[in-house]
Amino acid sequence: MSLVCVDHKPVLLLGYGNPSRGDDGLGPALLEMIEEDRDQGRAPDIFDALTDYQLQIEHALDMQKRRLVVFIDASVSARSPFDYSRLEPCRDNSYTSHAMSPAALLAVYEQVCGKPLPEVYLLGIPGYQFELGTSITGEAREHLGLARDFVRELLLQYSRSSDREEQGIARTSG
Amino acid sequence: MTKSGNTEIDALETAQQPDKLKRVVIEPLTRVEGHGKVTLLLDDDNHVKQARLHIVEFRGFEKFIQGRPYWELPVIVQRLCGICPVSHHLAAAKATDQLIGVKSLTPTAEKVRRLMHLGQVLQSHALHFFHLSSPDLLFGYDDAVAHRNIVGVLADYPQVATQGVMLRKFGQEVIRITSGKRVHGTGAIPGGVNKSLSSEERDYLLADIDQVIEWGEAAVALTKRLFMQDLDHNRSFALIDTNMLSLGREDGAMDLYHGGLRLKDATGKIVIDNLDYLGYGEHIHEQVKSWSYMKFPFVTGLGPEHGSYRVGPLARVNNCDFIDTPLAEAARLEFRALAENGLVQSTLAYHWARMVELLYCAEGIRDLLHDPDLMGSELRLRGEMQHTGIGVLEAPRGTLFHHYEIDDDGLVTRANLIVSTTNNNSAMNQSIRRVALDQLDGRELTEPLLNNIEVAIRAYDPCLSCATHALGKMPLEVQLVDESGAMIDRLFRNSQGVVGVC
Repeated sequence: MSLVCVDHKPVLLLGYGNPSRGDDGLGPALLEMIEEDRDQGRAPDIFDALTDYQLQIEHALDMQKRRLVVFIDASVSARSPFDYSRLEPCRDNSYTSHAMSPAALLAVYEQVCGKPLPEVYLLGIPGYQFELGTSITGEAREHLGLARDFVRELLLQYSRSSDREEQGIARTSG
Repeated sequence: MTKSGNTEIDALETAQQPDKLKRVVIEPLTRVEGHGKVTLLLDDDNHVKQARLHIVEFRGFEKFIQGRPYWELPVIVQRLCGICPVSHHLAAAKATDQLIGVKSLTPTAEKVRRLMHLGQVLQSHALHFFHLSSPDLLFGYDDAVAHRNIVGVLADYPQVATQGVMLRKFGQEVIRITSGKRVHGTGAIPGGVNKSLSSEERDYLLADIDQVIEWGEAAVALTKRLFMQDLDHNRSFALIDTNMLSLGREDGAMDLYHGGLRLKDATGKIVIDNLDYLGYGEHIHEQVKSWSYMKFPFVTGLGPEHGSYRVGPLARVNNCDFIDTPLAEAARLEFRALAENGLVQSTLAYHWARMVELLYCAEGIRDLLHDPDLMGSELRLRGEMQHTGIGVLEAPRGTLFHHYEIDDDGLVTRANLIVSTTNNNSAMNQSIRRVALDQLDGRELTEPLLNNIEVAIRAYDPCLSCATHALGKMPLEVQLVDESGAMIDRLFRNSQGVVGVC
């Protein structure tokens, strides 16, 4: 099937949640900020930004041909101002719901794509209010600002290390 | 009806002396969108005296919409539901067409919308069957929880599971191309659409469509085989006799995007046909019951006792006279042959009907992609403003009603949404009562046994649509409580998938 053969940037930022449900929209909100940073030249243009309401099986295909994937989500259990942790594939309970967890998605990726996983991390931002029609709370918005700084710096570091890597390869082959 | 009729199960709606009974709660339901729970009341010998499905549905959605300008509706209603945003997008767009006085769209606009809708139904059906239901159907209801899931299917049936992922992906690509984005798209606008297809986009989808159709055929064959290999059980499991409601084309063909309402009674007789859905309010009322947030719709001419109905794939495949794509039509004929009177009432037949529709969507997408109107430039029409707009379509889970009133400033003053899952409320309750009587009555409850209840509910693919999915919010917990309210047993499955008793 040809649908999986599209050009990808090396980094995928996947923010998920419903923007009309208060802090549930933290993931998409952070992506908007980072895209704005890229447009303003404050973040390197090395990533694709993908938003969705929930993670689902087809997102495994979006992870193909990436070197780094960061899931960004509101969390009821993350520490303030955010948690950033490496993910490994896991058969967890989320298989039994319409929505999947990032770790479960990695297990699907391994099975469907049959290729080694890219580096995958979860950025969990604490959320407090999830009712329909509400806005992001003030406390969560503070976390959001710090998470934005973190992701921007992460992208810059990643871009620099990729540049060094490429220069090394060029020197070796030259 | 092969069992003892609906009377026996209707008696389980309300127990005579509930305070003297044990209560079992399944909360929340798994593999069902959003939050719901089932409560069972049992006597000392574990005989079921009451069974109810409670759902927290679109609570507050109408209020969320009130006061918004009408032109925002197709966009904001997508946020009501993380699972079927495109259905809400299109139903609202149809309603706003009327608000701006447009009775029929340009051919390009209508076909782009139809393409988007077929893509949405295809991806939704693929997700439901391959991800949510195939583990039960392939492994059995009593298979270990740790294995009875999509990864278990990937391990044991890799070809089947991968096809499910790819079908889902294809449907998402149809949505992305017709609406601009996979989610939060703005493809449909009042009076039309904001883009048509380029030849490159058309060719991109055409490159895979034959493969998609082939997989659709395989999916129909698989659901048929699974149903037929345990025919007696599958026929009778959660079996109820109901009316069937759906939209359909004037000539009787299946049509998921537009048409008139048709109601068949439980014998297959057409009771209502080609009803203009603008008059739905006279024919469909909603009953309120004190124990549920979700209303119980019924057809007014039949009354609340006999007027409830089923919607969704089972109703649509049962109701239509034909499907205008050849492979799906052949599949429909085989399906309908299951019942002597042509009206298949088996709840588990939803899965088979769903795959017949998936095949129809795949063929329909192919046919539309060959239609040059898709690449036309006349995208939008305008008319004279109206105060009322009603949009109805066949969402993946069934008939979806959007009804809006606006004031002279174009702001919404009233909104009424009857969603597919609400339309199936009575039927889902009846189905779990059937299961409670047939499978659970007088037995000691176990997780596999309770899964029978969930299997019945999942056949309807209910969308409880909270779309709030924050980490750590989807455990399963079953409590057994004695008549004084004290918990005497508890079975749980936490967010890491650990099952335990405490």
